[in-house]
Amino acid sequence: MTSKGPDLQFMLGNYAIVEGAIAAGCRFFAGYPITPANEISERMAERMPQVRGRFIQMEDELGSIYAICGASLAGAKAMTATASAGYNYMQEGIEYAVADEIPIVIVDVMRQRGENFPTQSDVMQARYGAAGDHEMIVLTPSSVQELFDLTFEAFNLAERFRNPVIVLSEATISLMREGIRIPKPGELKVVNRKKPLAPPSEFMPFRAEEDLVPRMSEFGDEYSVLYTHNPHDEWGRIAWTPKMYEDLYNRIEKKIASKADEIAMYQTEFTDDARVVVVAYGSEARGCIEGVRMARNEGLKAGMLKLKNIWPVPVEAMKRSTSAAKKVLVAEMNTGRYFRVVKETVGCDAEVISLPKNQGRIHSPEEILAEIRRTS
Amino acid sequence: MEHPNLKYIRGKRLPHMFCQGCGCGQIMDALLFAIDELKLDTRKMVAIGGVGCSSRIPAYLDMYAIHGIHGRTLAYATGVKLVKPELKVVVLTGDGDCASIGGNHLIHAARRNLDVTVIMDNNGVYAMTGGQMAPTTAGGMYTTTTPRGNFERSFDVCKLVETAGATYVARWTTAHPAALIRTIKQALTHRGFSFIEVVAQCPTIYGRHSLHIADPVKNIEYLQQNSVTRDQAAKMSSEELIGKIVVGKFVDKELPTLEDCYRQMEAEIPHV
Repeated sequence: MTSKGPDLQFMLGNYAIVEGAIAAGCRFFAGYPITPANEISERMAERMPQVRGRFIQMEDELGSIYAICGASLAGAKAMTATASAGYNYMQEGIEYAVADEIPIVIVDVMRQRGENFPTQSDVMQARYGAAGDHEMIVLTPSSVQELFDLTFEAFNLAERFRNPVIVLSEATISLMREGIRIPKPGELKVVNRKKPLAPPSEFMPFRAEEDLVPRMSEFGDEYSVLYTHNPHDEWGRIAWTPKMYEDLYNRIEKKIASKADEIAMYQTEFTDDARVVVVAYGSEARGCIEGVRMARNEGLKAGMLKLKNIWPVPVEAMKRSTSAAKKVLVAEMNTGRYFRVVKETVGCDAEVISLPKNQGRIHSPEEILAEIRRTS
Repeated sequence: MEHPNLKYIRGKRLPHMFCQGCGCGQIMDALLFAIDELKLDTRKMVAIGGVGCSSRIPAYLDMYAIHGIHGRTLAYATGVKLVKPELKVVVLTGDGDCASIGGNHLIHAARRNLDVTVIMDNNGVYAMTGGQMAPTTAGGMYTTTTPRGNFERSFDVCKLVETAGATYVARWTTAHPAALIRTIKQALTHRGFSFIEVVAQCPTIYGRHSLHIADPVKNIEYLQQNSVTRDQAAKMSSEELIGKIVVGKFVDKELPTLEDCYRQMEAEIPHV
């Protein structure tokens, strides 16, 4: 994180999401009012016309998710933003975008059920909410700077993999103001979907290349693709054979699952010789890292793995950063939902302990320090 | 000799999946005659369907098409039109897809005067799922979910979209093919939200089980015999109109489209 320098700005988290999206090339946004994501829509309404993009407030969350699907098929980079209750509605559209391999970005500013307190309780829904076979890319920013960085990255990943990408924000960081440095346009590498090379008569819109991702045309060009939710062959035609169906969804899952370690975004501190490693994502990582540093000052061999994406599971990073550990503490602001994933990944080599705190607030550094002392 | 509209069929892939005597084929054909007579460039068109029998029509058309999720046609269409307003978007949908699960998107697209053409096949029933009650099922009718007769009132979807703000509204049946083609041509050239309800036969489900008419021709005759024009209807009492299908054009007016409103707003915004 860059927190010093002449380009530093003071910005609301939800505004940083908007700027990250625009920097990545987002030119279409559809949203429906919901706290604590409203500032994203409001800022997009202001900003989209300035960059010759378009904002629309849709009639509901289903409207939003399908409007961005339509916009993406028409060639635009498109995003919607909502909060947990609204994110429920969008699962249907996410399923469609997965099946027809439509690059879109969805921001879910997680909030407690019925209340606007922070939580991290959507970590499993973000992965498994939509019906059907698929992998999912889910990013977990922990600061205003990371809201910018990871929203930007979400578009690049969506375009590269032709898949929906979820930015899992939280009420805390979305509504927090912090220092942020917005990179100059030349400093950022923008990824765009691969365009077709074959002439229209030979273009197979769902034939993947080596990276398992097909090339994508856009409405209005010389191709004419059918985007059906039904099982479809490589020409995009509605077709069904048991083997074709299996191959289609194996590929859709594998195009992301096989790149899990390449996608992995994380930071480690003191993990080389750490006997106790704290694993956390999102805002929880902020208190945890302080707790780990305090433990080190006391001479305790503590380390930190901060995950900036939780899906696909960054298996290699988890294994490597806990290789010296006897204990792994998974600190979360929910009932302890991602703990089982960590346990499944590294549980043979270390004792994995769940540290849930489901009170709308993160663990304090002192609480983490106490746990490290207890388990060291 | 090849059918004149076969050139518009994706990969000339026939036969289609519609039942023998289904109205979907007639609606598809009427649309293609309208496209042909207007000499529209199908490369600059997008056909969008949801889920249901008539929503399957886009899958047969040789143009960009979405065969999407149940009820969401107009939400897709909104995204497409805001990004590429130059494209002509045709929504092919059924009464359940359009007026039930998609009802919210329908009224808001009409309210915004989104520049798209909606062709709603009204067969009075959920046919693809086996014959459940639709919001358009007539009073008293047997369906699989109204085994003792339908006691809910049915929707007049034309009146619904007119009230919501549609700027072109018409209703015909599959028994009026010439009027239907003429109307689709008007709708496709109309600037703004155009809506056509096509009351169509469903011999397999609604005809057989609700009307007790299995023969497709007799189903079409039933539509013709029960149709009255808008002018005839104006002279009839509400009791006389029970069970009648009022056909004709109900709305045809020019109002700023959603695109017009965006352009007006955007003209005053400096590029930052």
